[in-house]
Amino acid sequence: MGYFELIIACIFVNNILLAQFLGNCPFLGTSKKMETATGMGMAVIFVLVLAGTITWLIYTYVLVKFDLVYLRTIVFIVVIASLVQFVEMFLKKSIPALYAGLGIFLPLITTNCAVLGVCVLNIDKEFTFMQSLVASFAYAAGFALALILFAGVRERILLARVPKPLQDTSIGLVTAGMIALAFYAFKGMV
Amino acid sequence: MTALLFMLLLGIVCGLILSIASKVFYVYEDPRISAIENLTAGANCGGCGFAGCSAAAAAVVNGEASPSVCIVAGAEAASAIAAVMGVDPGTAEPILSQNECLGGNRADDKYLYSGVSSCRAMTSFYGGKRVCSIGCIGLGDCVKACKFDALILGTNGYPVVNESKCVGCGACRDICPKNIIKIRTMSERLLSFNQDDAALAPCQQTCPAEIDIPRYIRQIKEGDYEGAVSTIRERNPLLLSCGRVCPHPCEDKCRRGIEDEPVSINQLKRFAADYEMNSGKRLPIPCAPDTGKNVAVIGGGPAGLTCAYFLRRLGHAVTIFDMMPKLGGMIRYGIPEYRLPKKVLQWEIDGILNLGIKTKTNVKFGYDFNLESLVASGFDAIFMGIGAWKDYNMKIEGENLINCYTGIDFLTKFARTQQGDSDLQIPIGKKCAVVGGGNTAIDCVRTLIRLGAEEVSIVYRRTRKEMPANLVEIEAAEHEGVKFQFLAAPNRVIGNQEGKVIGLEYLRMELGQPDASGRRRPVPVEGSETIIDVDMLITAIGQGPDVSFKENGKRIADLATTRWDTIDAINPETLQTNIPYIFTGGDSATGASLVVEGIGGGRRAARSIHQYLSGQPVIPVKNSLFKKNIDGTIFTSVPGVIKQKRAEMPELPVDVRIKCFEEADLVLEKEDAIRESSRCMNCCRICYDKDRNAA
Repeated sequence: MGYFELIIACIFVNNILLAQFLGNCPFLGTSKKMETATGMGMAVIFVLVLAGTITWLIYTYVLVKFDLVYLRTIVFIVVIASLVQFVEMFLKKSIPALYAGLGIFLPLITTNCAVLGVCVLNIDKEFTFMQSLVASFAYAAGFALALILFAGVRERILLARVPKPLQDTSIGLVTAGMIALAFYAFKGMV
Repeated sequence: MTALLFMLLLGIVCGLILSIASKVFYVYEDPRISAIENLTAGANCGGCGFAGCSAAAAAVVNGEASPSVCIVAGAEAASAIAAVMGVDPGTAEPILSQNECLGGNRADDKYLYSGVSSCRAMTSFYGGKRVCSIGCIGLGDCVKACKFDALILGTNGYPVVNESKCVGCGACRDICPKNIIKIRTMSERLLSFNQDDAALAPCQQTCPAEIDIPRYIRQIKEGDYEGAVSTIRERNPLLLSCGRVCPHPCEDKCRRGIEDEPVSINQLKRFAADYEMNSGKRLPIPCAPDTGKNVAVIGGGPAGLTCAYFLRRLGHAVTIFDMMPKLGGMIRYGIPEYRLPKKVLQWEIDGILNLGIKTKTNVKFGYDFNLESLVASGFDAIFMGIGAWKDYNMKIEGENLINCYTGIDFLTKFARTQQGDSDLQIPIGKKCAVVGGGNTAIDCVRTLIRLGAEEVSIVYRRTRKEMPANLVEIEAAEHEGVKFQFLAAPNRVIGNQEGKVIGLEYLRMELGQPDASGRRRPVPVEGSETIIDVDMLITAIGQGPDVSFKENGKRIADLATTRWDTIDAINPETLQTNIPYIFTGGDSATGASLVVEGIGGGRRAARSIHQYLSGQPVIPVKNSLFKKNIDGTIFTSVPGVIKQKRAEMPELPVDVRIKCFEEADLVLEKEDAIRESSRCMNCCRICYDKDRNAA
């Protein structure tokens, strides 16, 4: 599979939010405002590229080597959590400008299933290092795309007349379902 | 076994890296952020709209979110978070909701609405059905949003805040699609100024002190006199004085005045102010917690007192320095007893000083103390409200003869005599002339009449129409028997061998082309010299600030002044001078002007000083409506007004008042005040209360 197909597949066909349904809590939580959604999207891209490559390295050079593959999940969780915390501290001190844009989203990502999901997927599909780097980026870009699309829709829903029982999160879930259906059209493309 | 060891190793490595990182990359963070984060649900659910609990906590600390931000943790956590925010000395003031719109729901309808009963829903259709684009829609989304039952829809259809229940959570503000509900601390309220996008009636736009006039008139109508006093006092601490002497520019813009007579706004202010004084108790005036900053206020006149009052309420320590034995400045020494009794003034000043303001009187800046001594005594900022105490001279021959005085000098000496300094007594002549057409000149003639002068005349170079004095004052002087010599420009003062004044020669004038001030310029008529006999002459042709203190100091000599001797503020809205810690306001910044102008300037300067002391940039108000009117709010006609005479001001009869210094103008009776307050149409920007016109 070429890199182009890989990118298309990760962004659209296997969109992490709308096709794999991973990371639904930030999808609903941070999509109320376009500004928050954009920030979150960027932060996920940043963290996923880091986490995807580092977990791949750890898996390939540590876990496989010492025959500890069965510890994959728990090791990944610990590594991702520490990594995010570390990056947060590093940014806060060294690149305050970047921290001001992304920093507040980082702790949210620590417990994000989309991040862990992508790291596990990279291993399952037996990607090479480059492939997993590209895939991590593309999955995260797909996450950002879906989140921003959804935030745009939700901002408009605010102005619409929504029946009382369906207001807020309920209409959000209905909308999410419809967008997911729309993304089903990409199935089988790659 | 390997697995266990491996996990242990991984845990140690991660832990070590993180703990080292937390030391290496340590950045100071407000401890309140983590305190508040612990009080939130910790679910990182994002339901608050912020990216996680720590982001929400940071937003609360930065004032971007309200204590009730966490939707999961509930009301109890909201109170706890509010408490965390409260213990900080800077923000211990309660934040309260206030509805800015008082009558928007009475604007005309654009269309018939039969949709969902929700303000937000209606706003999505062309911004709501009312013609008024900024006012209250009145369907009560805010009432539904309030979890503390602190809001109710009032009888007039707009929300009323119950301040004792309001916790300042901001739910009402967030839900209001019109942004007319504001959540503010007292300090923020005290420092807010008219903005061109706010809901402001023409009277409030015009008042230099920016008092919320429709609100206090409505409170008087509803019998809430204490509320009215508090409303006025948020903008003007000298309500007793202003209620007596203000020439009320607000009434000129009153919409009722377009079709009928304007509402007697100033008399209603005096009614509320007198109510408090006569009730025998002072309403409590809350102050923010101490900030530890020290401000010196030089000059205890209206501007200085106002500035000191607002700074004290904002939590700063204030000391007022004044060259006179008592505070009050021009309103004590320039305005005569019959217009503003000293007893009343003293009561008002005592109320301001009771807030904990220190005073040092009988000390003159530049002579008894100077800039260096103030800085050395630990003052962080200085307000110069030195007023305009130097009379202009006529620059004609003989004006320094015996029995010739200048206006302010005469009034001050007389006021001090009345207050016990008998060595300053001025002998009063039989035939007196006063040169000038301003309020000072009128004050001089009315004082002379009361002191027993047989014949008192005003000599003014233009006509009655051009006189800058208040019309009511001119009329009162006419009633009291003052002679007016219009179109007369003094040419020279004639004295006898003893050096005493015996006559005033003047030239008759004609009105020519309008000059820069828009008034027609008087032109002398050749050969029209006329002499009137006088044995006392007072010149009151205007006054400016006395900036002689600049000669007595090194650093203060750099203070920029204009060619009219006023202190030059970099921006007339911030009133900061070229020496950053010196601010100015009142007559010393504008030249001789109204008391209410000085009060407005004092509050503006207080805002700038507060910004300066709290380390913010000193900048003008955003969208400031400084001495302007909002476009489209000044009407030319007001349909549907039923004419009603305004309340006449009760006065002492002329034959009584010219013999004594009793207060000449009296306060409205309660019934008259209530009737007058119901003449107010409760205007806002484009709406006014048509239904109440008949009342």
